[in-house]
Amino acid sequence: QGLLRRSVSHSFLSFASVTEACQAIQKLTRVRVVDNSALGNTPYHRPPKCIHVYNKTGVGKVGDKILLAIKGEKKKALIVGHKMPGPTMTPRFDSNNVVLIEDNGNPIGTRIKTPIPYTLRQREGEFSKVLAIACNFV
Amino acid sequence: RASSDGKPAKFQPPPKPVIIDKKKQRAERRFLSPEFIPPRGRTDPLKYYMERKDMIQRRKVFDIPEFYVGHVLAVTTADPYANNKSNRFVGICIQRGGKGLGATFVLRNVIEGQGVEICYELYSPRIHAIEVLKLEKRLDDNLMYLRDALPEYSTFDVNMKPESRLEHEEVPVNKLQVRMKPKPWSKRWERPKFNIKGIKFELPESKMQEAQKWSKPWLEFDMLREYDTSKIEEKIWREVNEELKK
Repeated sequence: QGLLRRSVSHSFLSFASVTEACQAIQKLTRVRVVDNSALGNTPYHRPPKCIHVYNKTGVGKVGDKILLAIKGEKKKALIVGHKMPGPTMTPRFDSNNVVLIEDNGNPIGTRIKTPIPYTLRQREGEFSKVLAIACNFV
Repeated sequence: RASSDGKPAKFQPPPKPVIIDKKKQRAERRFLSPEFIPPRGRTDPLKYYMERKDMIQRRKVFDIPEFYVGHVLAVTTADPYANNKSNRFVGICIQRGGKGLGATFVLRNVIEGQGVEICYELYSPRIHAIEVLKLEKRLDDNLMYLRDALPEYSTFDVNMKPESRLEHEEVPVNKLQVRMKPKPWSKRWERPKFNIKGIKFELPESKMQEAQKWSKPWLEFDMLREYDTSKIEEKIWREVNEELKK
């Protein structure tokens, strides 16, 4: 199960607390890859983190492209859901969900099981291939 | 009894028992939706009066059922980007907030292992239908702790059948004690500020005692915080009922 319980190592030096999401997705947020690609699903000792948001502000909402660092590689991804509440009538997810994508917009995985918000259909042109592999919509 | 002729008496059925319908005798159960009650403040009551008129107008056109926190609802909204232009979501109501026309309620469900919450506006024209699938009140007014509870407590079948319900019965209270995921939680639910009765705390006694350090026992006796809504509710109830019957 993809639930990461944030465990702080109780070494003699660290009294750091780990913060929950304050804004939506920005640099250094840990995200959860929801498609069935090999890169997203193989376990690694570090969670995938966002290193850049392709946006005027550095904050990524649903439908924004970001750069992820996974397994020592850089990969682009599309945000499909975040923990921060958005406009009313839009779904708010319990984890920051992301779909791995190539530079031209082709998704790497072949199926997305987790629910995707319907608002992504607004930009049918850019995300048509991602929407085509999605199974559930919310 | 022998009749006057001497022949056996014609069968006389026993007298019909008089059924006193206690339900009708009992005062009709009143439910005033919480968003009708104006909050305490110095705003002109005219503003709330005008909002109430608009709310009643909307209720005449669209039936908003009586529901509490803990009910499982199915909401169909208009969505320009969905197939058939409409979108159905089933979930448990975890919170009802806002007053007046901006009243909202949050529905939560776990779909394919992913928890989803949607905040709907009660009086939004985008909502096509609200159906109550399961009726039960819970021990608390606010079920936000379900985010930190085990996902089985927030999963509800999307194709659930609506439960039938008698008009004048009391809404049943489900005294379920929910089991939580291991700490850390999004909020410290064991603290007395939240006053949650619906969690089965499996924390050691020392932690529960430590949480009581933050208790403020003087708050319930604070007279400046008292807001007695019984008379306001009576007035608004009469007003709303009169308007709805027209």
